[in-house]
Amino acid sequence: MKTILSKQQIGLTVKRLAQQVLENHPSLEETVIIGIQPRGVYLSDQVVRELENIVSPGLIRYGKLDITFYRDDVRKEFHVANKTDIPFSIENRNVVIIDDVLYTGRTIRAALDALLDFGRPARVELCVLIDRRFSRELPIQPDYIGRAIDTIPADKVKVYWQERDGKDEVVIV
Amino acid sequence: MGLSAKHLLGIKDLLKEDIELILSTASQFKDVLQRSVKKVPSLRDVTIVNLFYENSTRTRISFELAEKRLSADTVNFAISGSSAAKGETLLDTVNNILSMKVDMVVMRHSASGAPHFLAKHIPAAIINAGDGINEHPTQALLDAYSMQEKFGSLKGLRVAIVGDIMHSRVALSNIYLLSKMGAEIVVAGPPTLIPTYMEAALPVRVEYNLEKALAWCDVANVLRIQLERQNQPLFSSLREYNQAYGISKRLLDRLGKEITIMHPGPINRGVELDSEVADGPYSIILNQVENGVAVRMAVLYLLAGRNN
Repeated sequence: MKTILSKQQIGLTVKRLAQQVLENHPSLEETVIIGIQPRGVYLSDQVVRELENIVSPGLIRYGKLDITFYRDDVRKEFHVANKTDIPFSIENRNVVIIDDVLYTGRTIRAALDALLDFGRPARVELCVLIDRRFSRELPIQPDYIGRAIDTIPADKVKVYWQERDGKDEVVIV
Repeated sequence: MGLSAKHLLGIKDLLKEDIELILSTASQFKDVLQRSVKKVPSLRDVTIVNLFYENSTRTRISFELAEKRLSADTVNFAISGSSAAKGETLLDTVNNILSMKVDMVVMRHSASGAPHFLAKHIPAAIINAGDGINEHPTQALLDAYSMQEKFGSLKGLRVAIVGDIMHSRVALSNIYLLSKMGAEIVVAGPPTLIPTYMEAALPVRVEYNLEKALAWCDVANVLRIQLERQNQPLFSSLREYNQAYGISKRLLDRLGKEITIMHPGPINRGVELDSEVADGPYSIILNQVENGVAVRMAVLYLLAGRNN
């Protein structure tokens, strides 16, 4: 087992990601942040909290998306569906999707399909904590990257969050 | 993971965990139904046949909508104008349909046990949409979802099932489900419509006095009096049934408490329920219908995966 990001590094990375998003979306007025269920929401919660520290809290449109019903392997394995909560329109808005690990890209493909059922966004960007680069099975790339790492298929990247696992850490097992 | 069984033949064989999984999945589907695009692509590679040997509008439409919202292809088989009228056996009919590569069967039949028979002989997943006077599992599931939506939990909930208990598959499925989930059940109706040894066979209390049953319960699930039975020696007349066992606004006002009213439909207004009650503030009958599509989507979604 190898630690990729320690608690302190995760904290710094989240701050940096929030600031990079803000760089490209200075007003946040037409921007929408979407966290991917079930694990991306822990990251998106923190990024949104960081954004709220910099700009006033009322401005940020933050929603959570569950992609279980849009998966391309929806009937091969069984997956529990979590809550989708997007209480605003994404029509003509700039969407930033936030997920913890980008691996094959299939989750994000499903997320794009799901989002298009909510409306037609002006633009969609992707923000991830870990980019397992060179492992993509679809042509999907992140816009904001916490840390890019090289892994083989046998590796598992695990992201631990304080609220769920009692610690903040990213490891490869 | 997923459901413990390959078919949904009855609540009797379901585990508590299965029921909880279906209800929580139904929640997610209910959210999907509130959006402008009410579809998900999950079952787009699945073909489902609705095999209805008994007439039904609301259940069939509910299932059809659920199937379409999951992007599945649907085929309808209704009893009138079909080969069954020409004497084709059930097994032959289904095997013919299956040869056309249909993946799942939703079936309603007047013979109790028909879906169980089918499940033994064909490989497709079978969902019981009502078999004779045996079970109607999806109705009980949507009833449970509706009660859970209103009360938060079924545990300890006091439920009165009122009406023709003897001939009701809705009642039996509800009794199985509510007892598995820890609710308390009273069945109320005239003695001619309640099986004699019911208390010995099932975890229910029998009450022949409607007012006492309503005074005790939190929610009343009111069953339809089948008008076809009014000429049998089961009750003297529809009007007398209404006097003794119909739920009227006057009765509810006299009890002075809030009782949630449910009904599987279609309602015989003025017989088991007066219009003021059916359309009143405590009725969640239309919620039941809305929840029915979400619950059926959950059942179809959870059973479709088992085909692989």
